[in-house]
Amino acid sequence: MTNKSVTRRGVLKSGAVAGTGLALPTIFTASSAAAFTNEPTGASVTLGFNVPQTGPYAEEGNDELLAQQLAVEHLNGEGDGGCLNTFTSKALQGNGILGKKVEFVTGDTQTKSDAARASAKSMIEKDGAIMINGGSSSGVAVAVQGLCQEAGVIFMAGLTHANDTTGKDKKANGFRHFFNAYMSGAALAPVLAAEMGKERRAYHLTADYNWGWTQEESIVASTEALGWETVNTVKTPLASTDFSSYIAPVLNSGADVLVLNHYGGNMVNSLTNAIQFGLLDKVANGKDFKIVVPLYSELMAAGAGENIKGVLGSMNWNWQLQDEGTKAFVKSFGEKYGKPPSNSAQTCYAQVLLYADACERAGTFNPCGIVEALEDFEFDGLGNGPTWYRGADHQCFKDVLVVRGNENPTNEYDTLEIVEITPRAQVEYDPEHPMFAGGELGKCNPGA
Amino acid sequence: MDAILLQILNGLDKGSAYALIALGLTLIFGTLGVVNFAHGALFMIGAFCAVTLQKLLNLSFETVDESQKDFLGNPLKVETPYVEAWFGPEVGATIIDWSVPLAILFAIPIMLLVGYVMERGLIKHFYKRPHADQILVTFGLAIVLQEIVKYFFGANPIQTPPPDALSGSVDLGIMVGFDPNAIIYPIWRLVYFGFAVGIIGAVFSFLQFTTFGMVVRAGMADRETVGLLGINIDRRFTIMFGIAAAVAGLAGVMYGPLNPPNYHMGMDFLVLSFVVVVVGGMGSLPGAVLAGFLLGILESFASTTWATTTIPGINQIIIYLVAIIVLLTRPRGLMGRKGVMEE
Amino acid sequence: MLGLNKKDTGLLIIVAILTLLAPFILNPFPEGSAMAQFNAGYPDLMQRFVIFGIFAIGFNILFGLTGYLSFGHAAFLGVGSYSAVWMFKLLSYNILPAIALSVVVAGLFSLLIGFVSLRRSGIYFSILTLAFAQMSFALAYSVLSNPKFNLTNGETGLQVYADDPQILQGANAPDLPHLFGLPMRATYTMDVGAWSFDFNAGYYLCAVVLMVVFYLSIRIFRSPFGMMLRAVKSNQQRMNYTGLNSKPYTLAAFVISGMYAGLAGGLMAAMDPLAGAERMQWTASGEVVLMTILGGTGTLIGPVLGAGFIKYFENIFSKINDNVLHSWFAFLPDGLEDAVVFVIHPFIGKGWHLTLGILFMLVVIYLPGGLVEGGQRLLNRFKRKKSNTDDATSGKTEPAE
Repeated sequence: MTNKSVTRRGVLKSGAVAGTGLALPTIFTASSAAAFTNEPTGASVTLGFNVPQTGPYAEEGNDELLAQQLAVEHLNGEGDGGCLNTFTSKALQGNGILGKKVEFVTGDTQTKSDAARASAKSMIEKDGAIMINGGSSSGVAVAVQGLCQEAGVIFMAGLTHANDTTGKDKKANGFRHFFNAYMSGAALAPVLAAEMGKERRAYHLTADYNWGWTQEESIVASTEALGWETVNTVKTPLASTDFSSYIAPVLNSGADVLVLNHYGGNMVNSLTNAIQFGLLDKVANGKDFKIVVPLYSELMAAGAGENIKGVLGSMNWNWQLQDEGTKAFVKSFGEKYGKPPSNSAQTCYAQVLLYADACERAGTFNPCGIVEALEDFEFDGLGNGPTWYRGADHQCFKDVLVVRGNENPTNEYDTLEIVEITPRAQVEYDPEHPMFAGGELGKCNPGA
Repeated sequence: MDAILLQILNGLDKGSAYALIALGLTLIFGTLGVVNFAHGALFMIGAFCAVTLQKLLNLSFETVDESQKDFLGNPLKVETPYVEAWFGPEVGATIIDWSVPLAILFAIPIMLLVGYVMERGLIKHFYKRPHADQILVTFGLAIVLQEIVKYFFGANPIQTPPPDALSGSVDLGIMVGFDPNAIIYPIWRLVYFGFAVGIIGAVFSFLQFTTFGMVVRAGMADRETVGLLGINIDRRFTIMFGIAAAVAGLAGVMYGPLNPPNYHMGMDFLVLSFVVVVVGGMGSLPGAVLAGFLLGILESFASTTWATTTIPGINQIIIYLVAIIVLLTRPRGLMGRKGVMEE
Repeated sequence: MLGLNKKDTGLLIIVAILTLLAPFILNPFPEGSAMAQFNAGYPDLMQRFVIFGIFAIGFNILFGLTGYLSFGHAAFLGVGSYSAVWMFKLLSYNILPAIALSVVVAGLFSLLIGFVSLRRSGIYFSILTLAFAQMSFALAYSVLSNPKFNLTNGETGLQVYADDPQILQGANAPDLPHLFGLPMRATYTMDVGAWSFDFNAGYYLCAVVLMVVFYLSIRIFRSPFGMMLRAVKSNQQRMNYTGLNSKPYTLAAFVISGMYAGLAGGLMAAMDPLAGAERMQWTASGEVVLMTILGGTGTLIGPVLGAGFIKYFENIFSKINDNVLHSWFAFLPDGLEDAVVFVIHPFIGKGWHLTLGILFMLVVIYLPGGLVEGGQRLLNRFKRKKSNTDDATSGKTEPAE
């Protein structure tokens, strides 16, 4: 723990000396001296890491934070360099960004839109953060993305799976590395058909808020396209802690598959309840009853314990992938923190590197330059194979993983096994797809 | 018909947790006149007693197995629980398997102690203070307890599975003549309901049939007179606080296998349990139990597809709707005595 | 002045000075110094201080005067925010109609809920308000945001989209909340030496509003109406026996405090045009209760202090991370530095809830009258010392406060 040099203080001190006396007042409005919001003038640049540190997603936030700290180390040329060695773009030299040392500030989103915006604002207004990275829910991502658009900084979204983030709520200053509900559906459906057959009757339990609805819509559409039938879709209140009264009627409904459009604590409890009711041991319509959890995360898998065995779902990334980028990242994360990274950690790590790389290639910290550098950027070496940041909606396209709860885990980390790596082409869609229609990207806003 | 029976079962099960928590709350309010916002936290601590015991039983020593590799490619460290080493693999595994029921024994002394310390150390000083101060201080305590648990156990839920023999489900429908698969119900949920009924019965018989309980009831009715008779009512009330804490804690221990415990599970129940107490009638123990089961059943029915399509969102608001209706039409609650805390 | 006695005028002036000079007061540490972490003088947090101050002042009119403990006031704040954002969506980004509507809607909503809830008192009243607020929250979070009838935009929060009508929005008007063209986000930064001070248009608007509503609350406290409310608190039954119907008074207090909450909600939306459903949750209602009790129930200035206290912790303590700690204690030898950081670590950053919880308990245990009592004790001690020295010099004694 001697990385005390990673602070903005020393640098600001030296920077402040220059501003002694009554410096020229600046107004952060339409016309002002600065070219864009929080233009770094000293020898360092500050990134803002906004993750849930309290509330139910605190563990996920913590994992994201660890990954982001690691990314900062690598950018500053400390540690083993991680994915800097495998990234196909070679603009990053390990000497910070554009020669400026990278520093960071952290904030707590509390997984609430209001609190997340407050924390992002304080990083922008008080600490001079030039970009905001991270987060663990779609509501928060959309709220903070809107804020960053108004304030004129870049937003990299962290874990957000709802279609709306790059659909009707897309913004020019925001990018999403994570995959989305539509892609989950597109990747899962063929595997489901192959494993369970084309004549299945599905029963959906859906968390009653925006993300749940878009996921339900996506999964229903992609499974029905295969010939599945949807028996019922039931909305469950977010505040539910016990799902017994929603699970109990499933067996009698004529369904033979249960789809849990839940995340986090909701998913852990609903899956635990479903196993309690013995659904997986039952036979319905002459077929073995199955459960599907379209969106998995490692921490949820850990929370659900034994219950996830054999349950299919999809993921953005998994540490067990064998490409070079993944191996490099897992190695440096694992050696530093003693555990493999989660997929939200990997997303946040990759986003910090991509942001830095875009700055280098654009030669500026100006958000508009960065947007231009990231739009339609193709690269490889950060995990998931060849990746494309689509310019039309700022959604990232890469391979999507279909995973299954491991029947025989050998340690506490390989609770999920990769069933299939769905190629990128299969999950791509038109930017004007009805599930993403409405809303405009708008123009990049440099603020100031 | 089977669907109705199923939801009644669900309701009784949900209601068990509500009733146990509300029972403890009412005991504290009825004896000490304290509004205890930390009661949900006691429930949570109970659940974490089970988690702790499970962790203790799983304490392991490491041996390096060269033939297997961990995720970084280093030799795998195989962990063997001490319990299995001491008692032999089979007995050890059985002990670990039964950790939740064993945690009851573990939790009772701990919860009594927690309750005792809480009452003597903090609550005692707040008898004469306004309810608002009591709420604030116990709320602060709840946050502190919850954050301490989070510090040691993390924010992620932790599985505390039931013993193998009691996991899985049974087909109750066949027993009463329905088609197979009509009424499938998890065994542990039935255990939980039975356990709740047992605890409630024990608390009531304790109050009804022991001298100690009789004095406490007398003290609840008229504290001053009992005090004038030379009985140290304070001491007994302190013990009752410990018992109330133990009831909440046991409710938590047994709840773990239903839904994995996490550090904020207490807050999830807090508001609800106050609603239950008020609906049942402030200070009425049978009222708290009745209202707990009743609200559990209503909540279960409100979450059926039939109910949510008739009135969208009814499953989210049913508890509050009931509370409003009861308070407006019958302010003393379902079983509150006339004149007590009325108006 | 303004119909206030000397003491109240003094208080009002103090509040005015504090709010107007807040950018200086809250940024006491030079930027770049190790203590700058504790600076709170950036626009967003200053706005929050003032807005939650307004919310708490309003709450105190109900709770402090009548003793009715509402656990559902966040609902009025939320309703205020929603109506303000709807005005942005439908009319224009000008904040005046938005704030006006938010006060009116919150007033009507509180009239409805107050009329029903005030049929009961004590803990029953608290549970009734809680139930109404939780229902509003649950509906706003899901049912009222279904695609067919999207009133609240649910989890994400209500916000303005490019395809909203905005019929009065002028071609040249700023594309964010403004007051006749002055954007609420406009900030003037003054650098003085190593210090940097932000003067934000939105903050000063809120500050002016705070002074006005603070003045109003003083007038209410000192009016016969306020006296009547206190009578409700001390003994409602006796009051009823004298033939007075107390209900209209309590209802009026309820509606006034609901309108204060709506005003705060409207201002919040005006500073940041997004209304999230979480602002209506019971924890948010609980927060204003905590603010009021923490600051000093029934005192004029207390709620504002309490609001500042809680928001400070939420925004400043949650941002201190281990890196910051290491930089503070960098002067210590390595081993000792790590030990110190290890000890402090649970209380900062993600542990800010723990610190807040401990402080709640300490304040309630040792300062039953809240922060105001703490201030008075300090003042008294100071005065006593001073008067002791006065005694020695002039032999005059001053009456105790």
